[in-house]
Amino acid sequence: MTVGSVPRTIPESVRSADPTKGRMSTWTHKHLLSLEALSANEITFVLDTAVGFKEVSTRSVKKVPALRGRVVVNAFFEDSTRTRMSFSLAAQRLSADVIDFSGSGSSVSKGETLIDTARNIEAMGIDVMVVRHSAAGAAMTLAKHLQCSIVNAGDGAHEHPTQGLLDLYTIRERFGRIEGLKVAIVGDIGNSRVARSNLWGLKKLGAEVIFVGPPTLVPRTFEQLGATVVHDFDSIIGQVDVINMLRVQNERMKSAQFPTVREFTQLFGLTGERFARCKKGVFVMHPGPMNRGVEIQSDIADGASSGILKQVENGLAVRMAVLYLVSQRAKEPQMNADERR
Amino acid sequence: MASLLIQNGTLLDPSQNLQQKADLLIENGKIVKIGTGLKADQTIDATGRYVTPGLIDVHVHFREPGDEEEETLASGAAAAVAGGFTTVCVMPNTKPAIDNAAQIEFVLRESERLGLCNVLPTGCITKGREGCELAEMADMHQWGAVAFTDDGAGVNDVSVMRKAFQYIKMFDGLVMQHCEEHQLAGGAMHAGVVSTSLGLPGLPAEAEQLMIARDVLLNRTIGCRYHVQHISTAFSVELIRRAKEDGLPVTAEVAPHHLLLTDEDCRGYDTNFKMNPPLRTAADVSACIAGVVDGTIDLLATDHAPHRAEEKELEFARAPNGIIGLEGAIALYAEALVTPGHIGWLKLIDLMSTQPAKLIRSDRGTLKPGSIADVTIIDPDAPWTIDKHQFRSKSRNCPFHGRSVKGRPTHTIVSGRVVWALGETI
Amino acid sequence: MQTHYDANAFAALLGTLADRIVAIVPMASPFNVVGIRTRGEVLADRLIPLLRQRGAHDIGHGTLDITLYRDDLSELGPRAIVRPTELNFEIDKRPLILIDDVLFTGRTVRAAMDALADFGRPSAVRLAIFVDRGGRELPIQPDAAALTLDLPLDQQVKVKVAERDGEDAIDVVSRT
Repeated sequence: MTVGSVPRTIPESVRSADPTKGRMSTWTHKHLLSLEALSANEITFVLDTAVGFKEVSTRSVKKVPALRGRVVVNAFFEDSTRTRMSFSLAAQRLSADVIDFSGSGSSVSKGETLIDTARNIEAMGIDVMVVRHSAAGAAMTLAKHLQCSIVNAGDGAHEHPTQGLLDLYTIRERFGRIEGLKVAIVGDIGNSRVARSNLWGLKKLGAEVIFVGPPTLVPRTFEQLGATVVHDFDSIIGQVDVINMLRVQNERMKSAQFPTVREFTQLFGLTGERFARCKKGVFVMHPGPMNRGVEIQSDIADGASSGILKQVENGLAVRMAVLYLVSQRAKEPQMNADERR
Repeated sequence: MASLLIQNGTLLDPSQNLQQKADLLIENGKIVKIGTGLKADQTIDATGRYVTPGLIDVHVHFREPGDEEEETLASGAAAAVAGGFTTVCVMPNTKPAIDNAAQIEFVLRESERLGLCNVLPTGCITKGREGCELAEMADMHQWGAVAFTDDGAGVNDVSVMRKAFQYIKMFDGLVMQHCEEHQLAGGAMHAGVVSTSLGLPGLPAEAEQLMIARDVLLNRTIGCRYHVQHISTAFSVELIRRAKEDGLPVTAEVAPHHLLLTDEDCRGYDTNFKMNPPLRTAADVSACIAGVVDGTIDLLATDHAPHRAEEKELEFARAPNGIIGLEGAIALYAEALVTPGHIGWLKLIDLMSTQPAKLIRSDRGTLKPGSIADVTIIDPDAPWTIDKHQFRSKSRNCPFHGRSVKGRPTHTIVSGRVVWALGETI
Repeated sequence: MQTHYDANAFAALLGTLADRIVAIVPMASPFNVVGIRTRGEVLADRLIPLLRQRGAHDIGHGTLDITLYRDDLSELGPRAIVRPTELNFEIDKRPLILIDDVLFTGRTVRAAMDALADFGRPSAVRLAIFVDRGGRELPIQPDAAALTLDLPLDQQVKVKVAERDGEDAIDVVSRT
């Protein structure tokens, strides 16, 4: 029996890194609110830290005591089973005490404001609040009004930083790098926090980002933020290294943003026919949940080019890394960590 | 009443094209003389200060009846005089809305009872501001409504608006329109790069422009007096410019925040930067300033909009629109227009007093002897810091808190009585 | 007191440590060697050939990162980088030699033993230390130590290895 087998692609920089040799070994942020606010170095640091946490998930005892005695609250004011489970499991693997709070059916529906609800939760003595909310800026607002660490698990259409990070991790794991890659993100970009977080993360690490979709879902203003906007998927399909398909929502049809699901799939779906024209070695991703047969054909989602399940697996490691990093109370050290043997 | 002499100040009165150092004598509530060597029972020394006709803000929201925790006619009037205003026009989007003569009369009676500034009522164009049936505007006009507006929203139904123009023209009334095409509404901020970046739904500039264009076209053959409230986009200014060139009876106002702030200020999701119309781009700000300079925009108005703290503390997309603006208005207008050299103080007073008086056909807005003595004394150079906790308003939703500014009123005089003086409790 | 040990002294001490390990773990049977990151890992790499020379033939070799097991997490200022632990061998029922460069308060070793507990159950854990500088805060003692010093708290030991620092050396310096 082999115990603790190593993930195959630990970057060399991590294998031989010495914390005292110039590489950044401090994370000073109390919150993780957005990827827009992080530097390329900081993003890389989180990814490197996640490598260590991925290894924990391969052990037979998948726990480390790093956050023992700390309390992590998943304050989900907007529904999401997967992301909440992912954060919950991540916190538990760090030995934290985890509380799940869901917005509907609580005092929020009785008219209590977001800030009041959050303050009441915080008053019970918590260290980290993971927040998902339907309003852009909600995480930032809470960070201004609360004392605990805030991790943004998705605020409206603004950002979903851990999703961005796990997408970056998965791409890096697959290609060994981010720089120079061409990444297409396809679908309802305008309403997508996943697209925005990916945009910031990928650009900062040197990739080219191409947003694909109809003008009603992909406004040209994204060009001023550094993306290439393309309304003809077929024109770039053979050039991209990564294709990240976003979920298409029926509400967009009702608000006249596209005519029918059928037409959307025709123009922007990752069909077998389109897939055949992709680069050899193309990597297909999806933040989930998928509409099989709509934005992505079933066999492609399950096939060898798909990184979809890897994304989920990596999401756990990335979230462990994020919870670990924001939980510190950074103080001026009396002695360097290495010295205190 | 004792007579009052304002001495040693510089008189600024655009209505008489007057800019000179002189004394102003007030007796029995009226301005009797401009000159030197005059005497009175009481004196105010206005050395180094401007003596101007009382400032008039044609666009404020005092939340009475209905939301008295946010503002009352009393607290609003106190805020107004502390800002140097002698007359304000309150918007009718109260709860219930002011759409009948009894409520018009209520406002006027309260105004008189308070004895601070003149609080003049506007009435709704449609019953209950619902946009369907015309309100009793002729009756309200008779009882003293100075204009008609469904402010908070525009009148969306084209056929209703057309009939409103025809009806209001009947008694030569004034329409004030909040221009916003409601089918493009729903945005939390200006639709542009910043809204895309922040993931907030955007309100496109066209929403404002569409209604201006619509109303100008509707009104072309009717000729009702028409005033565009809180203008905010460059092309809106251009539309007004063209309408005026065509000789149409169009006027426009602009608020201080649309001359000083942009949508970039919304980064950080601070709801003190959320209002309707939203903060636009730097190019729009420049165009509005240019519109003020060339006369396309006729006057300045704050759109003072109080809100409870708990409401403004909501998530950006859910928070109500609006900021307060009466206290600090002079300093902010001066910062946007005078300090950079776009206009001088005489023109500023024209924008804040003479033109507003002309719009609502008030007999104030002038220092002509014989006029009722509504006077504001302003120290243009006084440096101070805007502190919202010192405001007379009940609300605190102000994005300029902590800002170092220059220029403030020192005395506000209404009908010959000093109703407010800096540093004194009256 | 000697404050500098050069490369020759270093090599001699390493040989001493290997001899002392041989005295406590039978070389004829399988056993595992685990270095504690960062320099313990390097020392483990160096020791394994020395142990082979002394008769060992079936040596499992791994590296332990104890960052997540430290008990003074909240006291740490800059957070050390978390890196993976690599233990690619049969851990149960075999002796495991834990190797680190410096033993001071004992907290690192305590954390290492906590970490190992999550991986399995060695038949015995033996602690092999390059420099024991004294100043224990926990009841932990090495089973084999190459160099034993008794330093006051205002002094510290710096172990340098060629793979990381360009030279092999041990220095006793004042804490600045």
